[in-house]
Amino acid sequence: MAVMNLKKFSFTYPGVDYPSLRNITLPIEKNKITALIGPSGCGKSTLLRSMNRIHDIYPGNTYDGKIELLDSKSGTMKNILNIKKENEFITLRQQVGMIFQKPTPFPMSIFDNVAYGLKISGLKNKAELADRVEQALKDSALWKEVHERLNKSAMGLSGGQQQRLCIARAVAVKPEVLLFDEPTSALDPISTGAIEELLVTLKKDISIAIVTHNMQQASRISDYTAFMYLGDLVEYDKTENIFLNPKEKKTEDYITGRFG
Amino acid sequence: MRLIINKIFLALSVLSAIIGLSFLAWILITLFIKGLGSFHFNLFLNDLIDGGLRNLIIGQFILAGLAASIGIPLGMAAGIYIQEYGRGSFTSLIRNLSDIMMSAPSIVIGAFVYAVVVIPTGGTSGFAGAIALAIMMIPVVINTTDNMLSLVPRELREAGIALGASKYRVILDIVIKAAKVGIMTGILLAFARIIGETAPLLFTSETSNYFSLDLTESFPSLTVSIYDLANEPEESSRDLAWAASFILTVLVLVINLVGRFLTRTKG
Repeated sequence: MAVMNLKKFSFTYPGVDYPSLRNITLPIEKNKITALIGPSGCGKSTLLRSMNRIHDIYPGNTYDGKIELLDSKSGTMKNILNIKKENEFITLRQQVGMIFQKPTPFPMSIFDNVAYGLKISGLKNKAELADRVEQALKDSALWKEVHERLNKSAMGLSGGQQQRLCIARAVAVKPEVLLFDEPTSALDPISTGAIEELLVTLKKDISIAIVTHNMQQASRISDYTAFMYLGDLVEYDKTENIFLNPKEKKTEDYITGRFG
Repeated sequence: MRLIINKIFLALSVLSAIIGLSFLAWILITLFIKGLGSFHFNLFLNDLIDGGLRNLIIGQFILAGLAASIGIPLGMAAGIYIQEYGRGSFTSLIRNLSDIMMSAPSIVIGAFVYAVVVIPTGGTSGFAGAIALAIMMIPVVINTTDNMLSLVPRELREAGIALGASKYRVILDIVIKAAKVGIMTGILLAFARIIGETAPLLFTSETSNYFSLDLTESFPSLTVSIYDLANEPEESSRDLAWAASFILTVLVLVINLVGRFLTRTKG
């Protein structure tokens, strides 16, 4: 079952007269990891950033087609491209979280970082906050390393820990979908391994879309893979099919390293 | 040959640095010798009318403090607007105007406040002085806020938005916190600057020989009194001016050092 459905989705940046994404039709399957791969500039980050409408911080973009998100309460699909009101954006971003390439800890304590999303959504009860923070840190495999220094600044953590903190922060608000924009490209191999493991455990509760430059990473952790090239979706299939048995020549050329 | 040019160039740079610094040292040494010569702890206990500086020091702090309490919120709000909300030509207009304001001669600001505040209200007052100092401070605070906020990485704002925070929450909770040290340092340096200003106060607050907390009247000011005392014929007045200059310099120096210390212990 799909938690998100992109239907003939096109996207144009302001001041550009051609679309950066053209007619993308793609599901994001529930409780699976979907990897978006492709050479630099193919539009995979642009696509990811459309799925929580973070583009809209910088106005003037043109959306076309549909991006439907499953509303888990009513069980219906809603087109997020229709969202206009501030409070609807807030709800959308609580349902669809995002992790960035560079770790982005806020300049506050570890606890406050994880509690931030909960606090702004109106959770005030101290005991419940503490529980949710602890659970999120446990879910993100960070609790053991930080439980004795929750009140220390998050800026003192290592890069890998900071990235897991950002994951904990996003997990704490219990999103349906998490979008990862090259989450390990600024990290060392050990931290990368820890995050890959984490993603695989997270998918039992959360559906994941991940942009990655690292094809081994895509083949290791993802269930589905979408290969994009110059703003088009070239091929989408189960990951093993994409890597072992691609239908398109372009896909085969890319995954065998003939270009990219 | 290249080696020789290199050496000459180095020697010239060192020489210019020494010349520049020696003037600073000269000023400081003169101030310390003359100032310390007439410095006495009683200066802090008596008002100017009794040969002390107490009312002037307190007055100067009140003027600068009031100016800061006007200038900091206005300057920060404007700086936040240009960096976070503003777009297009209106924003760059404010930014340019603020840059021009920063280099406006302080005597002109004094004259401006004289024309728009002192004349309509019928006389010099502490308020007028504080307004003049605030006008001096605002562009510096705008500039600092603008610059320091621009150093906060875009990803941090996006991460806040991506968690479902609204834009103003992201600015208040995250962006300003990330830029806090830089903004505080800039504000402190701006404060150090206005606390040593004379020209904006000359026609606005003037000064007073008596202790006063009444901001609607002429208000005691250390810098204006230094100017007055230095023009007096008596030796004792000029000694007092030296002592006042010394105290003022130490004050400004301390505030500057605190500012620098804050920058160094960033994070």
